[in-house]
Amino acid sequence: MSTATQALPFWRKYLFATDHKVIGIQFLFTSLVMLLVGGLLAMLIRWQLGWPGQPLGFMEKIAPAGMPGGVMVPEFYNMLFTMHGSIMIFFAIIPLLVGVFGNYLIPLKIGAGDMAFPRLNMISFWLVPPAIAIVCTGFFLEGGAAASGWTAYAPLSTILGPGQVCWIVGVIVLGTSSIMGGLNYITTVINLRAPGLSFFRLPLSIWALFITAIITVMATPVLASALILLLCDSTLGTSFFLPAGLIIDGVAQAHSGGQVLLWQHLFWFYSHPAVYIMILPAMGIASEILPVFARKPLFGYHSMVYAIMGIAVLGFLVWAHHMFASGMNPTLGTSFMLSTMVIAVPSAIKTFNWLGTLWRGAIRLTTPMLHALAFVSMFVIGGLTGIFIAATPVDLYLHDTYFIVGHLHYVLFGGSLFGIFAGITFWFPKMFGRMLNETLGKLHFTLTFLGFNAVMFPMFILGIAGMPRRIYDYRQYTHLAHVGEMNQFMSVAAFLLGLAQLLFIANFFWSLFRGRKAGDNPWQATTLEWATSSPPPHGNFTTPPTVYRGPYEYSVPGRAQDWWPQNVPS
Amino acid sequence: MRVWLPERISTYAPAIDRLFYIVLAITGTAFVLVQGTLLYFLVRYRGGAGRRATYTHGNTLVEIIWTAVPAAILIVLAFYSQRVWSYVRGTPPATDLQVQILAEQFAWNIRYAGPDGRFDTSDDITTINQLHLPVDEPVLLHLKSKDVIHSFFVPQFRVKQDAVPGITTRLWVQVTKAGTYDIACAELCGLGHYRMRGFLTAEPRDTFAQWLQAAELEQHPPPAPEPTAGEPGAESAPTSASAPSAPAPESQPASPTPQELLHP
Amino acid sequence: MNTQRVASIALMAIVTGIGCGGGRAQDAAARTEDAEQQAANVQLAETPETPVKAIRPAAASAATGGASLQGIVHWSGTAPTREKISMDADPVCQQQHAQAAYKEDVIVNNATLGNVLVYLKEGVSGSYSAPSTPVVLNQAGCMYKPHVAGIRVNQPLQIVNSDSTLHNINAKPTANRPFNVAQPVQGMKTDKTFTKPEVMVKFKCNVHPWMNAYLGVLEHPFFAVTGEDGSFTIAGVPDGTYVLEAWHEVYGAKTQNVTVSGGRVSPVEFTFSAQ
Repeated sequence: MSTATQALPFWRKYLFATDHKVIGIQFLFTSLVMLLVGGLLAMLIRWQLGWPGQPLGFMEKIAPAGMPGGVMVPEFYNMLFTMHGSIMIFFAIIPLLVGVFGNYLIPLKIGAGDMAFPRLNMISFWLVPPAIAIVCTGFFLEGGAAASGWTAYAPLSTILGPGQVCWIVGVIVLGTSSIMGGLNYITTVINLRAPGLSFFRLPLSIWALFITAIITVMATPVLASALILLLCDSTLGTSFFLPAGLIIDGVAQAHSGGQVLLWQHLFWFYSHPAVYIMILPAMGIASEILPVFARKPLFGYHSMVYAIMGIAVLGFLVWAHHMFASGMNPTLGTSFMLSTMVIAVPSAIKTFNWLGTLWRGAIRLTTPMLHALAFVSMFVIGGLTGIFIAATPVDLYLHDTYFIVGHLHYVLFGGSLFGIFAGITFWFPKMFGRMLNETLGKLHFTLTFLGFNAVMFPMFILGIAGMPRRIYDYRQYTHLAHVGEMNQFMSVAAFLLGLAQLLFIANFFWSLFRGRKAGDNPWQATTLEWATSSPPPHGNFTTPPTVYRGPYEYSVPGRAQDWWPQNVPS
Repeated sequence: MRVWLPERISTYAPAIDRLFYIVLAITGTAFVLVQGTLLYFLVRYRGGAGRRATYTHGNTLVEIIWTAVPAAILIVLAFYSQRVWSYVRGTPPATDLQVQILAEQFAWNIRYAGPDGRFDTSDDITTINQLHLPVDEPVLLHLKSKDVIHSFFVPQFRVKQDAVPGITTRLWVQVTKAGTYDIACAELCGLGHYRMRGFLTAEPRDTFAQWLQAAELEQHPPPAPEPTAGEPGAESAPTSASAPSAPAPESQPASPTPQELLHP
Repeated sequence: MNTQRVASIALMAIVTGIGCGGGRAQDAAARTEDAEQQAANVQLAETPETPVKAIRPAAASAATGGASLQGIVHWSGTAPTREKISMDADPVCQQQHAQAAYKEDVIVNNATLGNVLVYLKEGVSGSYSAPSTPVVLNQAGCMYKPHVAGIRVNQPLQIVNSDSTLHNINAKPTANRPFNVAQPVQGMKTDKTFTKPEVMVKFKCNVHPWMNAYLGVLEHPFFAVTGEDGSFTIAGVPDGTYVLEAWHEVYGAKTQNVTVSGGRVSPVEFTFSAQ
């Protein structure tokens, strides 16, 4: 098999590759670039919030329409947070977690040679760059990029112009990619597991990715349908989400019969499960890394699996908690509050199990471990703050304030992104055969951790003080006249947080070429990907592995080594 | 000035704040316990030369306990929240005063029903962005939108309510303290979203009634005894008046079709 | 009107994935503005004291020779009341008006009508290059200054915000490209040009619903806006026969033929009334 690979031309091997590892790494580079782009947009947002209306000279050249004379205009601000959110969610976090780790890890960790449908896999990657291009084209069109928030609430999203239409089309394309990937993951996990690898011997990361794929396949078509309806409303004059009697900009519209809230129901029916698409794989990664560096079996493996399943099921029953203030029937509010409270329970179980894993361990504080611990710690804050807004009356106050912005960043940055950093630093040696520099890695971690908290924690305070989100200039409001300094502090912290990422980039590329050779199993871990070479050959395993035990057999009494790989016979 | 909850000026604000502090206490405790334990474990069980971890896959009893306890707390919290929720969002108290708020990009059109007690009739009293409410009596707000979704948010009330095109949403409030406060739009509505600021004046019943009466007089002046329009010699003599120097009196002659003024 | 939205183009666009341009520009065509609807709001009474400045953008200075076409726009009937603007919607606006501000749509003085754009609608031959000096549309005291003006095709339009509040300039032309830009900061300037003739282009501010202005975009310099005395002068009109139009935002447009011969032309009169 590997000899056949050598014969493949460059473009087949690295560009239009069907090898799941190459595709995973393609996803990695694409989505890291988008992470950078999304981060840069956030810097501009923080500039405006720290120093509203102050000119930023050099931006006039880059965005003459959005920042004439360097002064940001509100419509550009709206584009910035819309594109920041959309890029981070659709083109950074989801592809990083699902695209990178799903593609790279699933076949390796289940002892398979590749995905079940390698070509579908290739297509699922190659839909992403066009999706990115289409969404980002908006910036170069008359009227600019999408500006109705990443939630694209109708009717605003139907009246904003070509950039918004691009956004809709691009997200449909990305959704198609997600569905293809999801089908592939499900089939692969069900059918291609190595002999002896029963479901309850699967590593938690695979469980998480498997369940995530099921959520993706069930939820994404709903989003895609809703987006197509939205596209029709905004280009063909249909009225799915547009009621009769609209008067837009003084002009009476001919729509009739649409329901504004229907969009929100459909959107959140996808997008709340999507929150779990963005957190379950990170949970899986943390569950994978904690045992390795605590040198202990994962505490409560079965309850961890059931917790993932519970989250997946309940995740479909909580969507309307985004709509407590929308005017939907208050009785619905009650039921969605209840389901939302209940979904906190499996998250709590997972947290306690992670703590249980650390209990009486022999903890090694490597860079991936630090990121995984930060994931646990930050996810706890994200989860606990969710309880405030699960309580309907409190949500009436905190909804659409910076409290929400803080909450979602603790989940998606504190949770997902620290999980992603943990995963990249953990599997980098496997992907590229070389170790990342630990000193740079720990420095990057420390600055990121401090910077992140300095930016995001004050958001809770601002939200409690009543600062609405998506506000270009808050200073006119008397109850917000005194929050300028706090915003400036956050902005300075954000710039430092941004700068700290240069360390990661430097470390990544330096180590790619100069890093210490990794060897097959640098972390002394037990799962199957460590049983092959780094990087693994085409086809992954020279001899197909057989599995004899669960994934987390560390510090087994009576054995000389404190790890017992899954594929080593007893 | 502290950056924290703004002052409370509605009857339900104390209940919402109490719930907020209860949640803060619960989550604060959980936060300290979890983060404290995490830090303690990191220090206590730091790996070193010769240290070996304890081999265990879990403990069913412990797992049941830490599933049941949070579940119980959350369910109780949900039931407590429900009581506040039904107070805020349940049947509104009987009220004499209803106000219609029609949101548009980027203004709040405020409408009082006028003497006939019905909206969208010729005697309505309208303002842009200026909402006056009496204190210490329940008021029912009817929220509508012309174009996109907006959200009516008075932080001191502790509630917000979206104004959704196509439907009328309702919000009742009983203001407890006179003063002037800001109304913010809390749902992204376009480029002027951040500037969609309204002004709430909460005032004693008497002052409110005077304001409403003055607004009514200005918008619907009582019919003047003067002859009908078009007749020369009237105050508004069209052809002979030296217009730039003629002062504009505050109360103008009756408009033939006042309702048109109110439906721009 | 949505059926006008070129379904087939949009469909093609979706299919090919390049169709980001599908939606918007065409809308404008469907949106013939609502000036007529607003027209109904005018009340009868007298003229308020607020002095009305004569608004006469440099009209025909470029043209040399030719006749000076003078005229007056009369008003017949009772002078309508100028509607008071309630500026308490934005304290920044209110602070700038010690006395009440009035709408500038209908300005009747001594039985004449101001703010009427008078221009040669038909009959102009030859091409006239646009001046490079900009027409300035100023937002001051939450009012547009001027309220009605003419501008040449490709002549720069400079929109200025003199207020310390947000204004958005929402222009919905049909022949030209519509735009909607915000000026959040005092002193901001935005430059625009119109590439096709169009009478009129309406400007409005969504933050301050009372604010609107009208700009006539013309290919030639033969236009003027009536002042507070209802008079106008169009200079340098070459010999020829023309259709002259007088356009008012509330009372619509009226036309008449004028003939210039030997550099002479008789004065012109238009008469508008509420009926």
